[in-house]
Amino acid sequence: MTAFPCKPALLLALAALTGFAAGTALAQSAVTDGQKLAFDRGKGNCLTCHVIKGGDLPGTIGPELKDIKAKYPDRNELAAIIFDETKRNPQTMMPPFGRNRILTEQEISAIVDFLQTL
Amino acid sequence: MKFRSALLLGSVCAALVAFALTSARVIAADKVDPVADAKAFQNFFFQKFPTVKHEDFVNGPYSMNEDMKRQWQEKEEFPPYEFALDAGKEMFATPFKNGKTYADCFPNGGIGIRQNYPYFDEKEGKVVTLELALNRCREANGEAPYSYVKDEMASLTAYMAFTSRGKPMDIKVPDDPRALAAFENGKRYFYTRRGQMNFSCASCHVQSPGERIRAEVLAPALGILNAMPIYRSEWSGMGTTSRRFVTCNSQTRAVPLEPQADEYRDVEYFLSYVANGLPISGPGARP
Ligand code: HEC
Ligand code: HEC
Repeated sequence: MTAFPCKPALLLALAALTGFAAGTALAQSAVTDGQKLAFDRGKGNCLTCHVIKGGDLPGTIGPELKDIKAKYPDRNELAAIIFDETKRNPQTMMPPFGRNRILTEQEISAIVDFLQTL
Repeated sequence: MKFRSALLLGSVCAALVAFALTSARVIAADKVDPVADAKAFQNFFFQKFPTVKHEDFVNGPYSMNEDMKRQWQEKEEFPPYEFALDAGKEMFATPFKNGKTYADCFPNGGIGIRQNYPYFDEKEGKVVTLELALNRCREANGEAPYSYVKDEMASLTAYMAFTSRGKPMDIKVPDDPRALAAFENGKRYFYTRRGQMNFSCASCHVQSPGERIRAEVLAPALGILNAMPIYRSEWSGMGTTSRRFVTCNSQTRAVPLEPQADEYRDVEYFLSYVANGLPISGPGARP
């Protein structure tokens, strides 16, 4: 984690190359990356609209993100919400992070890992 | 795999969808009917916020939040826009090099007329805002135009708003197809989603007024221009209507237009018309 200025994509590629299966160390780092991406103003910036445990100055436009695993046991559903919530709700304020290329597939996946810990 | 093809398809659609209108419109008619639009627009906000006094909507975020309102009212004893007001008053009184003054360019010497701007100029066939009229006045008198976004322009409009405080917004849409088209174009701009974040002006100021976006409380679209220009601590200074439009676009990663571009003039026309009857409150102060 510390040796590389790592993008999650790079990490995943490295992990695959070295034959390092998705063990707990990797899972943990995905969660940390996911949190970073979610809080980063230039990336997810989810705090603009959502209260999220551990984040400062949250907005109130969206619901608090908590008990996510209970509400969305299927991670694909979460990925879809982040990818393009206008599919579920055409009038949503939530930006279509995947469709509009604000976040990559890997970045969304890391954020999903993080959301599942909430 | 499914995900990847969705990504591809998504990016193809993105451009199209960015131009699609949200259906969260609070507009009545299908044909251009400014009177019905204004009524529907006002009723939407009056019903959504039944406890807000109608004339309070012109105070932006303060109309939505009691705590902020109290802090603001305390600050109003030493308003941060006072320096701009004084400068504007002095500029108004100082003749141009040719001996004329701003007063010569405006009805009633420019005093107490803020509520009539923007207006539709039937000769030009376009909307003329107060900022535009001020720079045209300067140029007609051989003076260089000012920047539209702050400083002198904000001082001049601050003074003109101040002399008009309390007067109800009184915008006319004459029975001229070009005026109706300008109104309609402004309305379309207001409700169209754009930029990487896919927001329309209405996403924030119709769908979410009173909500916090990070630490800021979103102002309601009703009466949103009545307090212009405003002092903002974040800007450490004054900003005009032009500045606010550009800032809202660029902060949401949409491409801002040039100040006083036709579409900005039209959106100002639309927003001002639907605020008819609500008092001028400018200049304003914001956190
Ligand atoms: C500009 C506002 C905004 C931003 C930024 C935003 N969201 Fe949302 N989000 C919403 C709104 C509003 C909803 C409510 C559902 C709807 O509108 O369809 C929502 C719903 C959700 C939900 C479903 C919650 C539930 O309880 O059903 C999840 C999960 C979610 N957002 C995750 C995220 C993540 C992760 C990010 C950042 C990568 C993010 N959101 C950024 C506005 C936003
Ligand atoms: C993603 C959110 C967002 C979008 C989209 C947005 N704005 Fe804003 N706007 C804000 C915020 C935040 C402020 C500052 C707080 C406030 O006063 O609402 C603001 C303030 C304003 C103000 C000053 C209100 C006041 O009383 O201080 C005006 C006028 C305005 N916006 C117009 C527009 C127009 C026109 C558009 C579309 C071109 C637009 N906004 C799009 C977030 C947004």
